[in-house]
Amino acid sequence: MRAPQAASSRFTSAPYVLVAPLALVLVVFFGIPLVLVVVVSFFDLDKFDIIPTFVLTNYSELLSSPLTYTLYAKTIKYALIVWAITLVIGFTVSYFLVFHVRSILWQMGLFLLCTVPFWTSNVIRMISWIPLLGRHGLLNQSLIALGLADHPLEFLLFSDFSVVIAYVHLFSLFMIVPIFNSMARIERAVIEAAVDGGASRFRVITDIVIPLSRTGIALGSIFVIALVMGDFFVVKVMSGGQSASVVAAMSNEIAILQYPPAAANAVCLLTIVTLMVAVIMRVVDVRRELSG
Amino acid sequence: MVTRSSNGRPWTFYALAAFFTLFVLFLYGPMSAIFILSFQGPNGGLTFPMNGVSLHWFGALFAQQRSGDFVGSFSRSIALAILVLAMTVVISIMAGLAFRYRFACATAVFYMAIASLIMPGLLLGLGVGLMFQFAGIRPAWFSSALGAQLTWTLPFGLLIMFAVFSRFNRVYEEAARDLGARQWQTLWHVVLPILLPGIIGVALFGFTLSYDEFPRTVIPIGSRNTLPLEIWAMTTDVTSPALYALGTLTTAVSFVVIAAALTSIALIQRRRARRQRGHPDARRGGAEALPRTAGVRVGADAGDA
Repeated sequence: MRAPQAASSRFTSAPYVLVAPLALVLVVFFGIPLVLVVVVSFFDLDKFDIIPTFVLTNYSELLSSPLTYTLYAKTIKYALIVWAITLVIGFTVSYFLVFHVRSILWQMGLFLLCTVPFWTSNVIRMISWIPLLGRHGLLNQSLIALGLADHPLEFLLFSDFSVVIAYVHLFSLFMIVPIFNSMARIERAVIEAAVDGGASRFRVITDIVIPLSRTGIALGSIFVIALVMGDFFVVKVMSGGQSASVVAAMSNEIAILQYPPAAANAVCLLTIVTLMVAVIMRVVDVRRELSG
Repeated sequence: MVTRSSNGRPWTFYALAAFFTLFVLFLYGPMSAIFILSFQGPNGGLTFPMNGVSLHWFGALFAQQRSGDFVGSFSRSIALAILVLAMTVVISIMAGLAFRYRFACATAVFYMAIASLIMPGLLLGLGVGLMFQFAGIRPAWFSSALGAQLTWTLPFGLLIMFAVFSRFNRVYEEAARDLGARQWQTLWHVVLPILLPGIIGVALFGFTLSYDEFPRTVIPIGSRNTLPLEIWAMTTDVTSPALYALGTLTTAVSFVVIAAALTSIALIQRRRARRQRGHPDARRGGAEALPRTAGVRVGADAGDA
C-alpha cells in the first residue's frame, strides 16, 4: 500500500511544478504591470516627472472632460458595429464550412484558408487597404471607369468606413474560429431528428444551431470587442487622424510621458471592457468551451 | 465538390459558397494588391496603375538607410520570435500537462491567462514599461519585450494544449507504464510524439505572433526596434512603394514559416496513416502496438486543433 501512496503524494505536487512557469510569467508580466497601472493612475505629475502620492486629479480631470465621453462613445460605437458585422460573417462562414462542406479534407483546407492571414502582420494587412480605397485607389478608378461615379468617392479612405473595414478584415477570424469549433461539435443526429420532425431550415438554425454554438459566439464576441476597444493603430492610420479612440488618445499621452493620466484612462477602459466581458460570461459559460 | 448535382445541393449551398468566396477575396485581395504594387517601377507611386515592373523598391530597402535599421530590426525580430517560440512551446506543454490534474489555483491561472489574452496590448506594454522603469532596469527586446510578448503567445499555447489534450487517448500512457516505462520516458517517447502535430501548432503561433507583434511591444522594446515597429514608423513617414516591398518581404517570411509548419503536420499525419495501413500489427511495440482504431483517431485528431 505504500507505493501508491508515495506516488499520489508525488502526483499532487506535480501540477504545481508544471504550471509554475506559466503562472510566473503571467504574474510578472501581466499581474504586476496591471497593478502598477492602477497604482500610477493615482500618482501626480510634475511636468514630466511622476510623483508617487495619492491624488484623484487624474480621474477628476478625465471624468470632467467632455472629450472623454466623446472618445468612449466613439470607441464603443466602433466595437458594436464591428461586433455585429463579424458576428454575421463568423456565423455564416462557419455554418457554410460545417454544414455544407461535406469532405473533411475540404473543410480543413477552407478553414485554414481563413486562418492563414492571422499568422501574418496586422500592420501590413491594414495598410494594404490604402492603395485600394484611396482617392486614386483601385476602387475609385474602377468606379469611374465603369461610369458608376463621376468623381472619386472621398469617404472610402480616412473615414469611419475605412476604420470599420480594417477592423472587420483584421478581427473576423477571432469570430470564425470559436464559432466554427462549437458548431463542429453539434451532433448531426439532433439536426436530422429536427428535419425529420418537419423543422424548416430556418427553424433548425434558430432553435438548434444558434443555441448550441452560443459558447463560440460568446467567445468570439469577447475577443472582437476587447480587440476593438483596445486598438489604437488601426484608428490612427485608417482614419487619417480624423478620428480617435480611447487607446489612441492614451498612446498620445504616453508619447509625451504623461503616464498618470494615461494610466487613469487605462483603468477606466479596463473597467468598461471587464464589465462587457462579465455580461457576456454571465449569459454563457465560456470556461466549459475553452477547456473542453 | 461544388458541382455534385446528382447529390442535389440546396440553393443555400450556392448562396453560402458565394458568400464564402467573397469573404476569402476580402481577406486576400488587399494583401495581393500590395504584393503587386511592391514591384512598381522606379517612378511608380503608392497606387495603381503600375508604372513599369522592377525590383527597385526591394533594393531600396537594403541600399538606402531611409527605412532605418532594416537588417538589424529584422534579425532582432527573428531572434526574438525564436526565443518566444521556444519558451511558448515548453511552458505551454508543461501547463497543458498541469491542467490534466486538479489543483488548487487552476481556475485562477486559467482566468489570468484569458485576461492576459484580451488585455489591450498597449496597456500591457505600458505596465511592463512602468515596471522596468521603477525597477531601474533598462528595457530591451530580450527582457521586457520578450515578457510582454509571452503574455500574448502563452494563452494561445495553453488553449491549443487544452484542445490537444482533450483528444489525447490516455490508453497509450497506461500501456507505456504497464510496460515499465518511467514517467519521463512515457512523456518523452509516447506522449510528446503523439502530441507533436499540436506542438508544432503551438510553435507556429509562438513564432508568428511574436514576429508580427506590435501593440504590446511598442513601449517595452527599449531603444532598438523590431521589424513591425520599423514598419509602423514607416507608415507615417515613408510614402514610397518601399513600404510595400517591406510588407511583401515580411509576409513572405510568415508564409514560409506557416508552410513549413503545416507541411510538417501534414507529413506526420500521412506517415501515421500509412503506418496504420501498412503494418496492422505494428512491430515497434509500446504505443504502436495498440488497437488500430484508437491510433487512427489520435493521429487524425491531434493536428487539427
